[in-house]
Amino acid sequence: MVELLSLPPEIPSAQNMKVGASKFCPGCGHGIILKSLAYVIDELGLQERAVFGCDIGCSLLSWNYMNVDTVQTHHGRTTPVIYGVTRANPGTVGIAYMGDGGGLAIGAQHLVNASVRGENMLILLCNNTNYGMTGGQMSPTTMPGQITETTPYGRDCETTGKPAKGAEMVASIVDPGKSFVARSTVSNVRKLRATLKKALTNVANGGFSFVEVLSICPLNWRTNNKDTFGRLAKMEEFFEVKDFVVPEGLN
Amino acid sequence: MTRTKIVLAGEGGQGVQSVAKILVEAGYEANKEILYIPNFGVEQRGGVSIAFCQIGDEKIGEPRFSKGDIVIMLSDRAIERCQTYIDKNTVVIYDTSVCHTKPTAECKEIIGIPANQIAHDELSVRVFNIIILGVIIEATKVMPIDYVKSAMEHALGKKFDKKPELRELNYKALECGMKLVAKSQCV
Amino acid sequence: MVKKLIEKDTKMFLTGNEVIAYAANAAQAEFMYGYPITPQNEIMHTWCKLLPKTEAGFLQTEDEISAGFSTIGGILAGKRAFTATAGPGNVIMQDAMSMAEMMRIPFVCAVMQRGGPSTATVIYAQQETNLTCFGGNGEGFRIVYSTSGHQDLYDYVIKAFNTAWKYRFPTFILADGYQGKMREPVMMYDPATRGITMEPTPAQLRAVGKIGVDRDANHLRNTFNLEEELMEHLEGYQKDFDEMAKEVAEYEEYRAEDAEILIIAHGIVARSAKTAIDALREKGIKVGLFRPITIRPLAVEPLRNAVKRSKQILFTESANGQLARIVLEKIYGLTTPYSTLYKMGVGVTGDDLINKVQEMISSSQVVA
Repeated sequence: MVELLSLPPEIPSAQNMKVGASKFCPGCGHGIILKSLAYVIDELGLQERAVFGCDIGCSLLSWNYMNVDTVQTHHGRTTPVIYGVTRANPGTVGIAYMGDGGGLAIGAQHLVNASVRGENMLILLCNNTNYGMTGGQMSPTTMPGQITETTPYGRDCETTGKPAKGAEMVASIVDPGKSFVARSTVSNVRKLRATLKKALTNVANGGFSFVEVLSICPLNWRTNNKDTFGRLAKMEEFFEVKDFVVPEGLN
Repeated sequence: MTRTKIVLAGEGGQGVQSVAKILVEAGYEANKEILYIPNFGVEQRGGVSIAFCQIGDEKIGEPRFSKGDIVIMLSDRAIERCQTYIDKNTVVIYDTSVCHTKPTAECKEIIGIPANQIAHDELSVRVFNIIILGVIIEATKVMPIDYVKSAMEHALGKKFDKKPELRELNYKALECGMKLVAKSQCV
Repeated sequence: MVKKLIEKDTKMFLTGNEVIAYAANAAQAEFMYGYPITPQNEIMHTWCKLLPKTEAGFLQTEDEISAGFSTIGGILAGKRAFTATAGPGNVIMQDAMSMAEMMRIPFVCAVMQRGGPSTATVIYAQQETNLTCFGGNGEGFRIVYSTSGHQDLYDYVIKAFNTAWKYRFPTFILADGYQGKMREPVMMYDPATRGITMEPTPAQLRAVGKIGVDRDANHLRNTFNLEEELMEHLEGYQKDFDEMAKEVAEYEEYRAEDAEILIIAHGIVARSAKTAIDALREKGIKVGLFRPITIRPLAVEPLRNAVKRSKQILFTESANGQLARIVLEKIYGLTTPYSTLYKMGVGVTGDDLINKVQEMISSSQVVA
């Protein structure tokens, strides 16, 4: 009889144990971001203050991922639902989770106005350069030349414009005194967690935070492990990974 | 059931809605049933401004009526717009010193008054609309003058406090308007 | 807790938009989210002007999409929150209303109808009846009160908050630009003095109790994996809706008992009908009114009885038969003939109806 050595998986308490394996595709970046977020919520002791909202699109599969009160909304509408909550119940640490489509296309007006008004919330945007759930269409952040279902011959920037740079746009319109704006990546989980910690600390202090995380979509990209991370590296060259705006006193 | 249906129309800026508000406030204070709809369009200023006022003794039913008991028109465009509110029972009043055209509709009575001219020559152009208020009160006899004066106090009290002579000027305008109708009805 | 403005009965002379703001305060509404569109702007103007006294909250959003969804956020956070809109704003707010329908969120919205389709007029219409009842990609699990003046606005705004929170269906005050902009007297009161207690508004996000100790985390969603799972859910909603209808459906009859001609009208057009009915009755013509107060759900039995009693019916609306379509479905099988007087986006006057009824009489042998 062989005795199996089993170790319980390490799960942060802000992550919902009961759902078991996540519903994301194998190799998806969402799990990395969400787990990092849950760890940071634990670390900062924000579980009771946090409210998590998710969009339609792949991010909707996170509707029961977190072990905090959560709400799944409509495409692009996570931002207004969450600032609706934080406006009505100040002290809430509101987190709106969305993809590049939800943040930069269908919900872009909410991103712009929440940034300008300095809504007390974190907008966390997972940028995997395509619409995943609907089958891999071009999104605002699709890379030049990238093949998607609606750019089968590669994204032509002459007719579709250049990829949208969310963090740069948000950085240019926020109040730098109370806003944290950064771009991070799933290729460096340690730094991702550090970035999310700054972002949530700023929200817990009453500020506005925006974090765009460069992520991966091997299913729609049709890439193996090596090519997936190769492409992510190219994205990191195109989309600068750094803290764009850091309010004084944070760090 | 007694109900007086009043249409007051003029150019934006003539003070049509301000006068209508004083009129209906006075009616409310006099314990009448009131329904007042200001006409409003897309633009904030300009265009023909129309006030639909109903003053009655019992609860008012229809919010908008098809024919007025009294229709006051203070510009050529207002005359054109208001034809539809006039029928054989309507008393029509228009300002002869502003309008170049004369209302032609078949109606109970047409009264032409040079209110703007009088305001300019004898009082002040700024009380033109108060002369019109006097005209309406006399033509409809819808409530005692005291309620109107107290509603004027309510609306213009702050201005009166700053410049007490304004109160006298406005009262004069009100009486002037009332006399204009009385005179024209004697003719 | 917001501060109440009206403690003892107070008669006031206001515009309808102002009345709605006062009524929302009387109902202890705590937060308004809003976006400007004529003719409902003065609701939020008044709400904002009163904020220092009421200590309530307000957010001017970037559009009606946001106004709708942030209202949902406020409600989920446990506040008695509401919004208001009109016309094209009502169109784009359907996104949020649809979500409220799916998630059984007690969404309260005042709709001040203006002309349509599209921009049309900013003035008046009854053309958002269908949209307000059945907008969105769903089944119309909504409660819609159609008011006909300022006292109605005050009474039913208060009622709408309680209906919404009690039955958890989106609830609407369906009024119009005339009601919003016109002035008439209204009696304001503290609902408590009428024996009305406001329903509690528990939070679902940051709900009471420590997660993992007192309760599990709430995971609210409107997505379903399986078709059958969805249908099962919606069948439950339908059952709740039918049960609710028995308690909520309201109507008004005016001189309808012996009416040979029954006018069916809602909202402010019903008032013009009363003016016409009084004038026609003086001439000995037996006319009456059936006015649905809840357009959705309809008071079906009283409606059918009133129609059965009459010899002819007359639908009249400031729209092209939007109410009539809803009513006709519910009086299926009855054979009473009907006529129509529809004025799209234009007010119906008493004279309009008097002429129409006389025309109906002269062209028919049914009524002598």
